[in-house]
Amino acid sequence: MSMRMGSIDASRQAEVAARLRQTLPEASVLHDEEDTRPYECDGLSAYRELPMVVALPANEGEVQAVLKTCNDLNVKVIARGAGTGLSGGALPSGEGVLLSTAKMGKILHLDPVARTARVQPGVRNLSITEAAAPYGLYFAPDPSSQIACTIGGNVAENAGGVHCLKYGLTVHNVMRVRGVTIAGDVVELGAEALDAPGYDLLAAVVGSEGMLAVITEVTVRLIPKPELAQCILAAYDDVEKAGNAVADMIAVGIIPAGLEMMDQPATRAVEEFVHANYPLDAKAILLCESDGTPEEVAEEIERMTEVLRRSGATEIRVSRDEAERLKFWAGRKAAFPAVGRISPDYYCMDGTIPRRRLGEMLHAIAELEKKYRLRCPNVFHAGDGNLHPLILFDANDPDELHRTEQFAAEVLELSVAFGGTVTGEHGVGIEKINQMCVQFSPDELEMFRGVKRAFDPPGLLNPDKNIPTLHRCAEYGKMHVHRGQLPHPELPRF
Amino acid sequence: MSDAVTALAATLRAAAESGRRLRVRGGGTKDFYGQSLDGEVLDTRSNAGIVAYEPTELVVTVRGGTRLAELEAVLAEKGQMLAFEPPHFGADATVGGAVAAGLSGPRRQSAGALRDFVLGVRILDGGGRDLSFGGQVMKNVAGYDVSRLLAGSLGTLGVILEVSLKVLPVPVTETTLRLELPEDKAIETMNRWGGKPLPVSATAWTGGDLGVRLSGAEAAVRAARAKIGGEVVDDARARAFWTGIREHTDPFFGPSVPLWRVSVPSAAASIGIPGDQLVEWGGSLRWLATGADARVIRDLAAKAGGHATLFRGGDKAVGVFHPLAPAIARIHANLKREFDPQGILNRGRMYPDF
Repeated sequence: MSMRMGSIDASRQAEVAARLRQTLPEASVLHDEEDTRPYECDGLSAYRELPMVVALPANEGEVQAVLKTCNDLNVKVIARGAGTGLSGGALPSGEGVLLSTAKMGKILHLDPVARTARVQPGVRNLSITEAAAPYGLYFAPDPSSQIACTIGGNVAENAGGVHCLKYGLTVHNVMRVRGVTIAGDVVELGAEALDAPGYDLLAAVVGSEGMLAVITEVTVRLIPKPELAQCILAAYDDVEKAGNAVADMIAVGIIPAGLEMMDQPATRAVEEFVHANYPLDAKAILLCESDGTPEEVAEEIERMTEVLRRSGATEIRVSRDEAERLKFWAGRKAAFPAVGRISPDYYCMDGTIPRRRLGEMLHAIAELEKKYRLRCPNVFHAGDGNLHPLILFDANDPDELHRTEQFAAEVLELSVAFGGTVTGEHGVGIEKINQMCVQFSPDELEMFRGVKRAFDPPGLLNPDKNIPTLHRCAEYGKMHVHRGQLPHPELPRF
Repeated sequence: MSDAVTALAATLRAAAESGRRLRVRGGGTKDFYGQSLDGEVLDTRSNAGIVAYEPTELVVTVRGGTRLAELEAVLAEKGQMLAFEPPHFGADATVGGAVAAGLSGPRRQSAGALRDFVLGVRILDGGGRDLSFGGQVMKNVAGYDVSRLLAGSLGTLGVILEVSLKVLPVPVTETTLRLELPEDKAIETMNRWGGKPLPVSATAWTGGDLGVRLSGAEAAVRAARAKIGGEVVDDARARAFWTGIREHTDPFFGPSVPLWRVSVPSAAASIGIPGDQLVEWGGSLRWLATGADARVIRDLAAKAGGHATLFRGGDKAVGVFHPLAPAIARIHANLKREFDPQGILNRGRMYPDF
């Protein structure tokens, strides 16, 4: 999490910029520091590096030109959407070109009958839903950054949101991606039909963090907006009881449209910020949403309430109208900024674990708070076991920074040990690259590198992210946790 | 590593060394599917059984050689199911074979395809290396999504040892309706329903009859029934009907003319080729029983934004799978080389050149 300032080779920079200007308009190639500074980091602002050159292609032809030029000159290319990513996936390189999709922000075609939208990569997530709204349709993935984040970034990161359990991730809602390889080939992956011949290359590209191809067009699936949504807020006097309620819900065969949990420190931080009227004495709260036809929702809310009551909820509120439902959600959606107000910095993790280990994980995090003398409120997508513990720290205090990194590493490694993953939806990027050495064996990492070679033989697209080199793993010195078994299960971990 | 896996890995390593080609096979129920069968049979069925099943996690991890019917029975006991309704094409179908074939049944239009439910895989690659990708959790973006890449790869990239699948609760209630509609009206109607929040879980049109299955909460199914109209099919007949569509035992699939699977955008107009047709998946899947020229069929499918597969019968010399664009074909060849450098696994099963 240290600051990095890459030094830029001025003659190389001049060469690359001049070559790019042969095919791109002058104003679409930036290299003055005052112009490139805004691109030095993404949402993971602890990592910064000035890009050598920034290219702003306005169409597929220009993307092709940038990639061909970079391939010729052997320059790395890092693609960037809105830069809202939380794992440093769009962290630039002082030796590379940052390719921004900001000039490709058009919705090309919306077909209300076939329920698809063909859009350029720089289109914002929420604007797709806004364009589809008149037809009673919407785009399901709704990451909390949806007002700003772009569809290209959503595809690159396989973005999730609060409704994934029922409506899936980006991979489930994207039908076709058009992109350009480093060789300059235009490729179409997937189709506007429900499948395409050959290997499922679309699946490989979704979540590939810009390492396989640069996306120039995306066809998304639109789904009918449910007639009604209603939300239950349930309070618990014990975190583990809330965790168990989640499992109970699934056990009776209910798949809520959203199922979120916040612990008491998170609830309190949020309440001060947005006044969502959350119960402040509760150790944890659950938000449980039902959607569908009015009849369906009435039936499901009744079943949900019954489950929550049996699991020991101390208070249950059902949203009486849309305003109240949005108020319930406002708090959850504002969790990150709210926490940002009570601490100079926070570090957000993204591990996913099997739901039944939620209680255990929360106890482990509480122990780690003591061990590292740092506070850590928790918010999570409880329905899919995706945790977002937020470690509060002050980046100006080097020791706190160091303790935060160790704290985070322990949580992520524990996620792997519990049979989960170091990242559910934020991506590996630069941030969790060391923990990849824990989650995967050397052979598995080598196969990932093989997948990259298949698309990008010279290895120029966003290198040094996502997949660590064996050398890096050796330096990190952590063992691969084999299929959820800790190396010494007999040793206490905290 | 179990004895079965050790033995499979040893066979693969030896075959890779000698360049001996292997034909990965479970129950052999899908031997008819694909370009060509080449190599000595590598039977995966010694590696069978359910590794982990926790209904509250909505995830089951199962060995590749497990019979699909056995897995489905275990899930049914807990009121859960494989929502993509994989076709078996025979009692011996295995889970590994279903994943390798990547085929989904009638519920695909609403629930998603097999690939959408694959959360993780453990494979032996062409060199016999034991590799795991993905996991047992719903959300996982660590590394590339190799698990989904394996789904539908027809055994050309690796032997599936284990797969973790997302499972879903069985719908509380299901009702099937039958409506009389000509093809164009049926396609239009299915697309209109698709744009509405209706609990339509499957559709199948043939010969002027449209079957619609509604699945979900009692109240939702009741309300949708009123909106859609048509005549209610009794439960036993409805179940038999959808099984017939999934397993290709329906009379439509009877004749021995070549069967084409044409995948197109849901609202695409009728393909317009002489012969019988069955339309599924809200209009996205068109089964054609026709002796028409392969080039004509492929051309029409491509013009509609889709592709055509010679699913069963006919002359495979025309190519079973739709030809790939050159840049895409190169990526395929590269991937094959990374997963199976000696080219010993299911050579030619998907495309003749790998």
